[in-house]
Amino acid sequence: MADAMTPTAAHGHPDYLSENKGLWNWLTTVDHKRIGLMYLWSVTAFMIIGGLLALVIRLELLTPRQTIMSAELYNRAFTLHGAIMTFLVIIPAIPAILGNFALPLLLGAKDVAFPRLNLASLYVYWIGAAMAVSTLLLGGVDTGWTFYTPYSTTTGGGVSMMVLAAFVLGFSSIFTGLNFIATTHKLRAPGMGWFQLPLFVWGMYSTAIIQILATPVLGITLLLLVMERVFHIGIFDPQLGGDPVLFQHFFWFYSHPAVYIMILPAMAVMSEVIPTFSKKSIFGYKAIAFSSVAIALLGFLVWAHHMFVAGMSLFAGAIFSFLTFFIAIPSAIKVFNWIATMWRGSIDLKVPMLYAINFLLIFTIGGLTGLFLASLSTDVHLHDTYFVVSHFHYVMAGSNMLALLAGLHYWWPKMYGRMYNNTLATIACTLIFIGFNATFLPQFVMGSRGMPRRYYNYLEQFQTMHVASTIGSWILAAGLFLALATLLASLRKPKDAVPNPWNGRTFEWEAGSPPITHNFEHTPVCIYSPYDYREHPVPIAEEEKSAH
Amino acid sequence: MNWFRDFLLPKSAASNTGDVDGLFMFITWLTVFFFFFNGGLIWYAVRKWRRRSNDDITPHITHDTKLEIIWSVIPLIVVMFIFFWGFRGYVRAWVVPNDALEIVVTGKKWVWEFEYPDGSRSLNDLHVPLNKPVKLVMHSEDVIHSFFVPAFRIKRDVIPGRYTELWFTATEPGVHQVYCTEYCGKGHSDMLARIFADTPEQYEVFLREGDEQVRKMPLKELGKLVYENKGCATCHSIDGTRGQGPSLKAIYGQQITDAAGKSHTIDANYIRESILNPQASVVAGYEPIMPTFQGLLREREILGMIEYIKSLQ
Ligand code: HEM
Ligand SMILES: [Cu+2]
Repeated sequence: MADAMTPTAAHGHPDYLSENKGLWNWLTTVDHKRIGLMYLWSVTAFMIIGGLLALVIRLELLTPRQTIMSAELYNRAFTLHGAIMTFLVIIPAIPAILGNFALPLLLGAKDVAFPRLNLASLYVYWIGAAMAVSTLLLGGVDTGWTFYTPYSTTTGGGVSMMVLAAFVLGFSSIFTGLNFIATTHKLRAPGMGWFQLPLFVWGMYSTAIIQILATPVLGITLLLLVMERVFHIGIFDPQLGGDPVLFQHFFWFYSHPAVYIMILPAMAVMSEVIPTFSKKSIFGYKAIAFSSVAIALLGFLVWAHHMFVAGMSLFAGAIFSFLTFFIAIPSAIKVFNWIATMWRGSIDLKVPMLYAINFLLIFTIGGLTGLFLASLSTDVHLHDTYFVVSHFHYVMAGSNMLALLAGLHYWWPKMYGRMYNNTLATIACTLIFIGFNATFLPQFVMGSRGMPRRYYNYLEQFQTMHVASTIGSWILAAGLFLALATLLASLRKPKDAVPNPWNGRTFEWEAGSPPITHNFEHTPVCIYSPYDYREHPVPIAEEEKSAH
Repeated sequence: MNWFRDFLLPKSAASNTGDVDGLFMFITWLTVFFFFFNGGLIWYAVRKWRRRSNDDITPHITHDTKLEIIWSVIPLIVVMFIFFWGFRGYVRAWVVPNDALEIVVTGKKWVWEFEYPDGSRSLNDLHVPLNKPVKLVMHSEDVIHSFFVPAFRIKRDVIPGRYTELWFTATEPGVHQVYCTEYCGKGHSDMLARIFADTPEQYEVFLREGDEQVRKMPLKELGKLVYENKGCATCHSIDGTRGQGPSLKAIYGQQITDAAGKSHTIDANYIRESILNPQASVVAGYEPIMPTFQGLLREREILGMIEYIKSLQ
């Protein structure tokens, strides 16, 4: 991407991990890489807590009646699982970890545009996380992560605290989004036009648009909820003269776009990993870039597809269904683009690429099952059954997590300067694929057969599938544990990674592994397209000339 | 391939399900096809173009407008087709036939209450005639619930402070499971109900004698239920206070004088006549305002009422 002469850490500056060691220096750092790593371990901690809760939930569902806990406890467990996974894990995961770490590097920048704001976002995240966890001391929350009124305004426990936690976490998300937008506009390397941006940046940029536009709506909605709970102002509760369905409109106006906050970053990772390991230019750069933006904008127009049976008018139902189908198209386009990128490439099945292929398969299932739910007559049958549970686990848990793992294994040498054990990581990836499908494929079937979601007791006819799903969850957990252990194990050995272990073309591979605090010894200059894998890349300027 | 449909979907038991199932299976096959299509392409690419050395040379292909238009337009056509199919089914499920039997459904933590046109009620069991359209007018007394009958492929939220509707025509006799599908707290997963789709004979029996719960209920309790549910309580007290009509407390076996000056002993026959033909004799001092309950009470309910009044000593 730049001229190959860019020097690396060899000049004697210590890398960002070795410079200014010590806890205090980490806690007060404004280095985007360190902030990214602190996010990594914070999010991982919550992923472990959320994951353990998931295992407990699946264990309870092993038998149709009580297995290990009471209904009250079960309801609290799935609420906490959902809230942690959504607000503390999946939403921040890729932007806050990989985005923070890689975005400035990909742009050839020294840091993000507002480094202090970046650190603030991390602290806000911690505060929000502490608030969410503190609900355990307030009797737990039993509303489900969706907080539907009037149940949520009338039940006891720490609902207000949990809702405020989500409110606070929203700011963390907004800060990150703001930073990425400003960084992309202002800190691109010399010569880097909008169409020389790595596609990861386009993905992050689109995500940031949603974060900034949608999150305030959630914030206001949640505040209204708290006002109703605390001051008994009638907004959503019909007892107080409110409208309970209004809450659902508000909630999904944020939360539908939020599902794209979860998937666009995953797609962004794919657009880096697949070309690198296919050693071939990304296919359809502009289609991918614009479809990210299209998804971000169209995503605001489809929220009510979560409410087809909530007493909407026929006309509204038709409009929302129609628009939802539209948004399926950009997703389909991207999948075809990635496969076309692999076509006639030189495919190297290293661990990040295995995760990427894993993603393509899982996302294909997740996206296609969205069609059942977007279509009105079939959604009536499937809404609020395990079919929906399975669908959104395929698209958010599965796809997002796989993309995170792909990105983590991709940039790990850059983050820590060490290579991990390829064999073990490959086994982990395989286990995750098997475990994930074993857990969630049976859930599609039980859902379409009528098993409702959020059920503590269930009819005997569903037990076989629940047992299969529970066993699947153990395999999945084993895979994830192995992946984590493999990465951690690499930290015990000395730094052994070369600057560019995968032969990537983007700027970060020209920095050291790990980079110095200010990333590059010399500001890189963008001369070649980030996806030009020809033996003798053609400078952008010449290529543009020949294109005209 | 019917086995596959029967594996994925519960046995259908209502009109209008064929269309939903058809669409469901269409999308299912589409999903299966595209999964193997994408998976196959990936598998092929990995087999054929696996990296041999780091010096492999690959073609520089940045895009192909024609191909990209094709793979945008084809999915677009497919999803628009699905949209119209799903919309058509939704409209059908929306428009209620005029002659539908109307049942009022009340959801509350954590039971379903059904009220029939004759004013009788039942908990968690709903009897409907086979092959006749039935309309449910639903509302909730507390939080949002949702009424889901998988075998009928219907579902709609049940909301406090507003009415929502649902209709179906049961085509398979037997018992069909109902679930609450909007999370409503501790008893959410026990908020189940059953719909009994009755043959004409079974439905006759139900109309005459009520459902199982009612048939098994002791007469006195049934009488109390009738007293509370059928509106008796609005005019007749059971504690001796005077209302629009005389109190029912301790009247059994008493002598009364009617407006025409005739005296009667209150016995089973007198009570029966007062319910079915109230104007025949009105107790002196009261207006002749009681409506007849002819046709609104089942025989056994009248017997129950008599027993109940006997018990109010
Ligand atoms: C191909 C594109 C997709 C389509 C057409 C689609 C369609 C739908 C529809 C219509 C629903 C509502 C179903 C119901 O509640 O009855 C739904 C639920 C959901 N979808 Fe998707 N979806 C797609 C992709 C995604 C993606 C990419 C994500 C996230 C990464 C996602 C996350 C969710 C979530 C979280 C829910 C339900 C949440 C809840 O009720 O708790 N979907 N989807
Ligand atoms: Cu949505």
